[in-house]
Amino acid sequence: MAEQDDAPTVAGRLALAQRAGGAAGPVLTAVFALLLGGFVVLATGANPLSTYRAIFDGSGLNWLFPWVSGSARSFAATNLQQTLLLTTALVLCGLAVSVGFRCGLFNIGGQGQYIVGSIFALWIGSSFVTMNGPLHVVLAIAAATLTGAAYAGIAGLLKAITGAHEVISTIMLNWIAVWVGSWLVGQGGALQSHANGASVPISSAVAPATHLHVFWGNPVLQGLDVGFFFALAALVVYAVLLNRTTLGFELRAVGFNPEAARYAGIAVARTYVKTMAIAGAFAGLAGAIDVLGWEFQLGVTDIQTSQIGFIAIAVAVLGRNRALGVFFSALLFGALLTGTSTRNLDATVFRPDLAGNLTLIIQGLVVLFVGADVLMLWLWNRRRRLRVAT
Amino acid sequence: MSTFALDNPVWNRLRDPRTAGIAGIVLGVVACFVALPPITARSPLYPVLVGIAAAILGLSAALRGLRRLGWGAFAAGLIGIVLGVLATRSSEGNLSIVFTASLIASMFVFSTPLVFGSMAGIFSERSGVVNIGLEGMMLMGAFWGVYGADKGKSWAVGILVAMLAGGLLALVHAYFAIHLRADQIVGGTAVNFLALGITGYFFFQLYNGQDIPIGVSTIPDVHLPYIRHWKYIGPAIGSLNLLVWVSFALVIVTWFVLFKTPIGLRIRACGEHPRAADTVGINVYAIRYGCVVLSGMLAALGGAYLSIGFGGGAYTDNMTAGRGFIALAAMIFGNWRPFGAFGAALLFGFSTALAYRLPAYSGSAATLFQALPYVLTLIAVAGVVGRTVPPAADGKPYKKQ
Repeated sequence: MAEQDDAPTVAGRLALAQRAGGAAGPVLTAVFALLLGGFVVLATGANPLSTYRAIFDGSGLNWLFPWVSGSARSFAATNLQQTLLLTTALVLCGLAVSVGFRCGLFNIGGQGQYIVGSIFALWIGSSFVTMNGPLHVVLAIAAATLTGAAYAGIAGLLKAITGAHEVISTIMLNWIAVWVGSWLVGQGGALQSHANGASVPISSAVAPATHLHVFWGNPVLQGLDVGFFFALAALVVYAVLLNRTTLGFELRAVGFNPEAARYAGIAVARTYVKTMAIAGAFAGLAGAIDVLGWEFQLGVTDIQTSQIGFIAIAVAVLGRNRALGVFFSALLFGALLTGTSTRNLDATVFRPDLAGNLTLIIQGLVVLFVGADVLMLWLWNRRRRLRVAT
Repeated sequence: MSTFALDNPVWNRLRDPRTAGIAGIVLGVVACFVALPPITARSPLYPVLVGIAAAILGLSAALRGLRRLGWGAFAAGLIGIVLGVLATRSSEGNLSIVFTASLIASMFVFSTPLVFGSMAGIFSERSGVVNIGLEGMMLMGAFWGVYGADKGKSWAVGILVAMLAGGLLALVHAYFAIHLRADQIVGGTAVNFLALGITGYFFFQLYNGQDIPIGVSTIPDVHLPYIRHWKYIGPAIGSLNLLVWVSFALVIVTWFVLFKTPIGLRIRACGEHPRAADTVGINVYAIRYGCVVLSGMLAALGGAYLSIGFGGGAYTDNMTAGRGFIALAAMIFGNWRPFGAFGAALLFGFSTALAYRLPAYSGSAATLFQALPYVLTLIAVAGVVGRTVPPAADGKPYKKQ
């Protein structure tokens, strides 16, 4: 390979990321993207500062300021619970994408794995209603995690056996999950609720005993459930798995260079399957937590309009596939999504329907600049040169 | 006589296991087809006989070393038998609802955006730039196509504006991929987010998210004289949209440009070995920029077809709904070759068209049938195509020395 010095390899990119200042790069890019987003706001005639202020307040992050008090404080708490609910799902799906990237696989299938997980959690949770509560919850979560793993494992298996490109197979699996899921909860589907004379395309609700415990906020108003701790635990599991286990070492070795890994005696094909299964387990768990934590039932529109798995790609990329990075970028995107939602954004400052799309633009800019580590390195070197000059 | 048979090139061609395998697959399709209109054989004997012939051909190819193609043909024969026998059991009424000549027309309707998208992908990736942002470029074409057709009062303006928008977005991708040497998959993902945001933003800003005026100028259908009234062929190709014909032409032009002209040789050289291309004086950056921007314009054309082509001037948020990714899949399926990708797009278009008609058999499974194209593509990618070989330098940034 004559082009080693162009940093096209994963190893080269990681080294570059180190040289470009570790966390400084992603933080800078996020700030830069927000700045550019501000220009978009300006272009439409609104005030960027007050718009960002309103988004910030809508995300509930102002709860962290001790001087916010009274009704504003309880309002902020409700918003922050929303943000953290989204963060939970984004952390888990972000890990599903990250673990793939670390093995050199591009898992676009987080969405499908998430849907499969939520469907299975829904099925277990809404049937067997006489079961013991805690056992029921464990069963539902385990089923979702395992089926998510199995579903992603299909893509891994196809890549390992026939060499089918994982980008294609995971995209196809996404759509299969969307349509089969819609069929199951839709009109005449097996999981459809019979409460309204079976005329509404929405599933039955999971049994109240399976609801995850809400430890902060009102359970009726979608307070924050213990699923949040599942996500935090998953981050630890992810970090330990990758950095402290043989499997993690093999996974990263295959990600760096599959050929070299093969020479070193690592079963590359098997590692692909295992990696995809781990990814699917994370995403499936996310589906279960969302269903048991605050959704409780799924409609056809829920399944067809959910974007969690795709936003998770941005989360993984911005977080540079590291546990801590994934957490903070999930928090950022969770806050942006909540802050720009129709319900939370002050419509007098900025139109929420526009703001939702502004979030997408910012996401796009973030991912765009994060990918351009050469630009980052160039800026970094410029900085150093400036320092030498002074 | 025997020496004649051995030396005869036609006979040698027929003995080739590859020919046998391909013939097997074709016969497998025919096995199913004889039981469908317009032939509609009602005895299960015919599909079984043809299917067995297909399976034998497949087996012979498989035993002579062409395992994947051979077993593919064998499976095609068996599937042909099953589907054919099922068709002889189903009522003629249902058959004539589902399998009409207009099924072919709607196959083209659904495959056209994919044809544009996959040709766009081929140009970009043959020059060495992975373009996962096809989806976004298509979406830009869909929205700005409607915008242009609305404000410019003409579908031609719409197409121009669409191609301009797609080209601009592709330029962003090209700059990050070529000059900044960013990871191209990450860059493409970013482009997709950007397009979703930009189109959504302006859709709400300019049209309030719904108010595209009725009666926007749309791309006309081509009504072929005479042919339009022929049996079978008339309903199938008699009045297709103009862009459908353009997409057919595009496949041939893409093949010709890439494989029969000096410029195509240069493009492929940049995708296979940019250093060597650079050494002989080819401007790798210029070729790549050109190809990526062209890719964006073609993808946008596919998007414009969605909104002001068969869409009749309507636009909905995130209108492309994953078609760019399917086009990407068609491109990989076709092994980065125009006709292969065209075949894949047709397969996908056909199964989508079929999925919309199958509810004649079971209304409650209508939603489930929507998954059919994706299942078929997954099986085809895994089973028949398998390990595809991308251009050697696909996705690798190139640095001039």
